[in-house]
Amino acid sequence: MFENLQEKLTRAFKSISGKGRISEKNIKDAVRQVKLSLLEADVNFKVVKEFIKDVQEKALGEDVLSSFTPDQQFIKIVRDELIRVLGEKSVPLSLSSKPAKIMMVGLQGSGKTTTSAKLAARFKKEGKKVLLVAADVYRPAAIDQLIQLGKQIDVPVFVGDRQHPLKIVTKAMEEAIKNIVDVVIFDTAGRLHIDEKMMDELKKIAGQLDPDEILMVVDAMTGQDAVNSAKSFNEALELTGFVVTKLDGDARGGVILSIRHVTGKPVKFIGISEKIDGLEPFYPDRVVGRILGMGDVLSLIDKIQQNIDMEKAKKLEEKFAKNKFDLEDFLEQLRQIKKMGSIGDLMEMIPGAPKEVDLSSGEKNLKRTEAIISSMTKEERKNPKMINYSRKLRIAKGSGTNLTEVNRVLKSYDQMKSMMKALNSKKSKFSKLFKGLPF
Amino acid sequence: MGIFSKMKLGLKKTRESIFKQVRKLLKFKKLDEETLEEIEELLITSDMGVETASDVIEQLKEKSGDYDSPIEALKDILNDLLKMNHTEPIVENPPLVISVVGVNGTGKTTTIGKLSKLFVEQGNRVVLAACDTFRAAAVEQLRLWSERMGADFISQGQGADPAAVAFDAVSHAKSKSKDIVIIDTAGRLHTKHNLMEELKKIHRVVKKVIPEAPHEVLLVIDATTGQNGLVQAKKFMDAVEITGIVLTKLDGTAKGGIVFAIVKELGIPVKYIGVGEAIDDLKPFDAAEFVEALLGTEELEENEV
Repeated sequence: MFENLQEKLTRAFKSISGKGRISEKNIKDAVRQVKLSLLEADVNFKVVKEFIKDVQEKALGEDVLSSFTPDQQFIKIVRDELIRVLGEKSVPLSLSSKPAKIMMVGLQGSGKTTTSAKLAARFKKEGKKVLLVAADVYRPAAIDQLIQLGKQIDVPVFVGDRQHPLKIVTKAMEEAIKNIVDVVIFDTAGRLHIDEKMMDELKKIAGQLDPDEILMVVDAMTGQDAVNSAKSFNEALELTGFVVTKLDGDARGGVILSIRHVTGKPVKFIGISEKIDGLEPFYPDRVVGRILGMGDVLSLIDKIQQNIDMEKAKKLEEKFAKNKFDLEDFLEQLRQIKKMGSIGDLMEMIPGAPKEVDLSSGEKNLKRTEAIISSMTKEERKNPKMINYSRKLRIAKGSGTNLTEVNRVLKSYDQMKSMMKALNSKKSKFSKLFKGLPF
Repeated sequence: MGIFSKMKLGLKKTRESIFKQVRKLLKFKKLDEETLEEIEELLITSDMGVETASDVIEQLKEKSGDYDSPIEALKDILNDLLKMNHTEPIVENPPLVISVVGVNGTGKTTTIGKLSKLFVEQGNRVVLAACDTFRAAAVEQLRLWSERMGADFISQGQGADPAAVAFDAVSHAKSKSKDIVIIDTAGRLHTKHNLMEELKKIHRVVKKVIPEAPHEVLLVIDATTGQNGLVQAKKFMDAVEITGIVLTKLDGTAKGGIVFAIVKELGIPVKYIGVGEAIDDLKPFDAAEFVEALLGTEELEENEV
């Protein structure tokens, strides 16, 4: 949808290339581009202003290093500053008391209940004894939702009288102490930060529990208003951190920068899938490219690793190495790619990839290729050389395509094979990165 | 309390923060570069997006001379942006089928509860279809709504095929001559290819019972949504034929400015807005009213000064 920031910057700097130093004058357009890009990413307007001011100060007067072009150097300054603001590394939960208490708060629909269950699943995996507490008595069926999620991950859910959050949490603590639970997670009701009565209720709960962690759950798609709600929750409750959810969508996640900037509190986890294990510790350096609109190679790699069956990939790799890659493997590769979602989504993560190309034809091609290979016999797939004219005719018929298409598939298989040969000889870093993938 | 004042109350926060400042700027200052820049910043803070905001500013520069006051000019410009007005769905051959879609957590199920209240009060016989078979307890949440509203409830439980549930609900409504079917679909991120395909399937299957259905496809968008709202709307539009937008959670401090961008870029009308948590806090959307509520001056003169 939006032009890549890197491209814009390259253009912005075109006029000054060759000049040895970043100056106020030649930086103006570049600064504007960064500003716009951050705004399109939903970073709060005031935060953008302050951030840009800092960046500008740092950038001015810097000598352009010989190894960088001015735009590369400027973007490096922006990146470094962004990472500095976001915190250099991930901040773990601090759970000192026994049982440790985690309170989940936030606006409606941000994903508190799901996140509570995801956290519980994480602790359980670490071998901890966990108790979930359903303190959302307002949303119809919220309690049932937590009960069902608890069943899925085999973690007990404390329900209590289903009416009074304060009573529920007190009783839950008694229960937790009795059963020697390690971690108790309290799922509170979503509420608006301007709803004083509801905020008071949270304050009372927090006062009574004295939680180790109060985590605010924030939707990655939130716009400019995120700073207001984050600020209010932080002022009322002294948050210990944030969980940013729904980052598996294509929101740029500028909210991460905004909330960190206005509260000074770290983002501790991010939600990256609907599945119960879709919660990850937050690494600031990974989202920087995304917020800046520079593509997100790391997430792409993650996605590949998540969806590619590593065992199969390894086998394929061996086949590549020995140059014994057959059409059966080719088909397997296609299926793996399809599992990762649409090609368009993948392209968007690649920095510099064209955004406005129509990829639907490519996806149709994938499907057709799959049909063609599926119409071959096992022998043919193992030894494509044996496919003669009459076999080709049969395959075209069987897959509902034509000779040209069958030839196209065989040709691209040949090309890939020779490409693999070349990659094998180079053993570059790049080939390692994308090993096991036909592109 | 009339709809109008209710809407004003719901939008109070918006009006009192950003637009109050805009009004002040327009009232007390000349329309110089600096003022224009400040107004642009304020519009951006409403989540309108850089592009739409600068477009509004360009127009304001051009047209303000034709008006008595700059604020009248701004009102007209914003009004023009939202021009498409709400039309009540006409029930010619009942049942009318409404499909409600959107990303996770925007308030689809709650919106359906409130919508069914509107329809039941108008004397319609309503059927709710529990096609969100994914989110834990979503079926239960809708069942509670149907009980409260006195609507029929069609469900096959959690994990069922949503298209089959939709088929059942529409068939039921047709044979029992009900007036309106509302389909509650699971929240889905617009980037999930398979889930978008599932949505298409629901609509395809419904067509087997009633070829013109779904007559309305409402996209629910959270007022706190930022620029991703535009991408969301676009992707949903690519998959299914969106006929209108429901903007929820306008009772917070969020400005819902993204609606301007969506209407301008994609031409989908806003049909309802949610201005509070109470059951009758869902209102048919009226562009003039919306802008008036944001920029209106008469009531403020008293409270403000």
